Amino acid sequence: MEFYRSQVLCCTGTGCTSSGSNAIVRAFEYEIEQAGIDKEIKVVPTGCFGLCETGPVVIIYPEGSFYSRIKVEDVPRIVSEHLVKGRIVRDLLYSESLDEKENILSLNEVEFYKKQKRVALRNCGVIDPENIDEYIAFDGYKALAKVLTEMTPEAVVECVKQSGLRGRGGGGFPTGLKWSLAQKPVSDIKYVCCNADEGDPGAFMDRSVLEGDPHCVLEAMMIAGYAIGAQQGYIYVRAEYPIAVKRLRIAIGQAKEMGLLGDDIFGTGFNFDIDIRLGSGAFVCGEETALLASIEGERGEPRPRPPFPAVKGLFGKPTLLNNVETYANICQIILNGAEWFAGMGTEKSKGTKVFALGGKINNTGLVEIPMGTTLREVIYDIGGGIPDNKGFKAAQTGGPSGGCIPVEHLDIPIDYDNLISIGSMMGSGGMIVMDEDNCMVDIAKFFLDFTVDESCGKCPPCRIGTRRMYEMLEKITEGRGEPGDLEKLEQLGKNIKASALCGLGQTAPNPVLSTIRYFRDEYEAHINEKRCPAGVCKALLSYSIDPEKCIGCSLCSRVCPAGAISGEIKKTFAIDQSKCIKCGACMEKCKFKAISVG
Amino acid sequence: MTNTSVLGGTRAEELDAAIARWKDEKGGLLPIMQQAQDICGCLNEDVQRYISEKTGHPLTTVYGIATFYSQFTLMPRGKYTVGMCMGTACYVRGGANVFTALQKATQVEPGQTTEDGLFTLEAMRCIGCCGLAPAMMVNGEVYGRLTPDDIPGIIEKYRKEG
Repeated sequence: MEFYRSQVLCCTGTGCTSSGSNAIVRAFEYEIEQAGIDKEIKVVPTGCFGLCETGPVVIIYPEGSFYSRIKVEDVPRIVSEHLVKGRIVRDLLYSESLDEKENILSLNEVEFYKKQKRVALRNCGVIDPENIDEYIAFDGYKALAKVLTEMTPEAVVECVKQSGLRGRGGGGFPTGLKWSLAQKPVSDIKYVCCNADEGDPGAFMDRSVLEGDPHCVLEAMMIAGYAIGAQQGYIYVRAEYPIAVKRLRIAIGQAKEMGLLGDDIFGTGFNFDIDIRLGSGAFVCGEETALLASIEGERGEPRPRPPFPAVKGLFGKPTLLNNVETYANICQIILNGAEWFAGMGTEKSKGTKVFALGGKINNTGLVEIPMGTTLREVIYDIGGGIPDNKGFKAAQTGGPSGGCIPVEHLDIPIDYDNLISIGSMMGSGGMIVMDEDNCMVDIAKFFLDFTVDESCGKCPPCRIGTRRMYEMLEKITEGRGEPGDLEKLEQLGKNIKASALCGLGQTAPNPVLSTIRYFRDEYEAHINEKRCPAGVCKALLSYSIDPEKCIGCSLCSRVCPAGAISGEIKKTFAIDQSKCIKCGACMEKCKFKAISVG
Repeated sequence: MTNTSVLGGTRAEELDAAIARWKDEKGGLLPIMQQAQDICGCLNEDVQRYISEKTGHPLTTVYGIATFYSQFTLMPRGKYTVGMCMGTACYVRGGANVFTALQKATQVEPGQTTEDGLFTLEAMRCIGCCGLAPAMMVNGEVYGRLTPDDIPGIIEKYRKEG
């Protein structure tokens, strides 16, 4: 291997790619060659660093200088100053990476990273995901070698059991137990599947693992194959993740070329192959039986369980199905031991969890925290708080299946059981922060709109019930709510939870039930006072012009698409409420802040 | 069949190759239809019948799959697919207002194509650029941190390119 004095790591995850990181990689390569130092400095395109808010992100080692929001125009200066002359370009550094005395902090001293612990994401943003050698250099395929040469299948399952790892896709089922259930049936053919159909809106944990460290998923699937006695694996990945799919294909190709995937792996006689199947945009395919139906080439509709996939799964054969992040923990558990993993987290939730932090938060991005970290630490320490000093209202976890966590539960340690006890759930890891400007009834309606659209239509509670709930929310947000609506919503929600066929339907009412539980006053304001306290629900708003502030410039009446504003130039203007369509265009355009909404 | 039909030109041949590759593989129908969508631009009745005849799967099965997955379209799309991210992060940061501006600029509803065949407007599931919220995608190119005011200019840019 060649030796480089400095390495330029450029994030090429989806977030940074969207803001132009590929052009930055090319610019670095070009400038470094122009400067004649291409034998000394290596440019490494990596997976996600996590701090998507500041993308495109570039980190230069050995200094660990963290450059944020880099533009192509900045590259020549970084090359000539930093890489040639050794002078860090301070004004381009991420602002938080300088302390009060302007000293440069190393990456793990920055607030965003300080409280994080990277297990599933350990290689993301560190290695080049398209180069198997880099993965191997970071202990890649060592766990597979250990399993194949030193451990029995039973010992592998026992190790996963002892670690306390639980399914990271949302349900939290003990992974070791799942493996032992799939190990038991005697069958000539078994399958190992990976659920990479990450469909929760606002969640991109699995995508980041696949984009940043695809080999760790392949290796774990092989270990699972050895443990349960399977020779074929399938990864079911969203077609909407083109970068992840591309890197998976490259990884499979490289592993096959090196003999790490295919027949007689490590000369042990163990055979395993992995194929990719693309999802076609159906949220319900995240449910395990629906996912398997989709791999079988059919409509992705769930079916009743039992039989569970561990007994009768893909093509009628025993099948083990785990989520991407679950697999991403396996190799570390094998290498470091079950006790090491069980040493992190809370009593019933071991290890770490990756969250995609988004919404009204300063540091949008990907974070991995030990279980038991409090929500307050995630939002205020790691997430950097809420923009514009607005007040925190709720954090939504678990996507369309989860719920909203209000301010009184900010100090609850995050783990599977705690989140369920307060009416939400871990989910796959989306965490959306909302501030005082978000209307909770509107948010509940947003999620119901999603589930109504994504319901597969097989079972009536989900197909009809979620639609009825949506219609009631629509009525409330349009000012047609009546007393008794809340009770009806709660009753219907409970019935759907109890009677729907699969996880999608059983959890669909959660966003509504949890917002009613914690924000009942907001619902009541909509129903009884026909008022939206956050000023979001259009039908309940009225715009008015403050005669004190209005100077009569007429701009508002010119932008009003409904012709609802009239007045005389240089005198005050007024809004005709009967014509107003509440689009808010006037308020946006008024330079004197004379228009208010309430 | 003329060159302008969705199965015209070399498309039928390309589709034949995809069918040959997947026909005998277990669960191969979905990959065939995914490739057909890419090759032909849509799965209209002609394409569905073609797949049904060549694979032996009943037309009802093919139609059932084509209408189940949101990635498949039964009508040809416009030259530019404008997808507004409707993920939660974009929504709480004002994505709905940007979407209204898009509908105004293109004069079509979500799921429809403009009369000149230039734009198809779509509400997309999370595109995973939550750091850029609210975000939209035009044929794979991402536009982030949008306000309703940005929209007319972006749409106009594509209109000029034709």
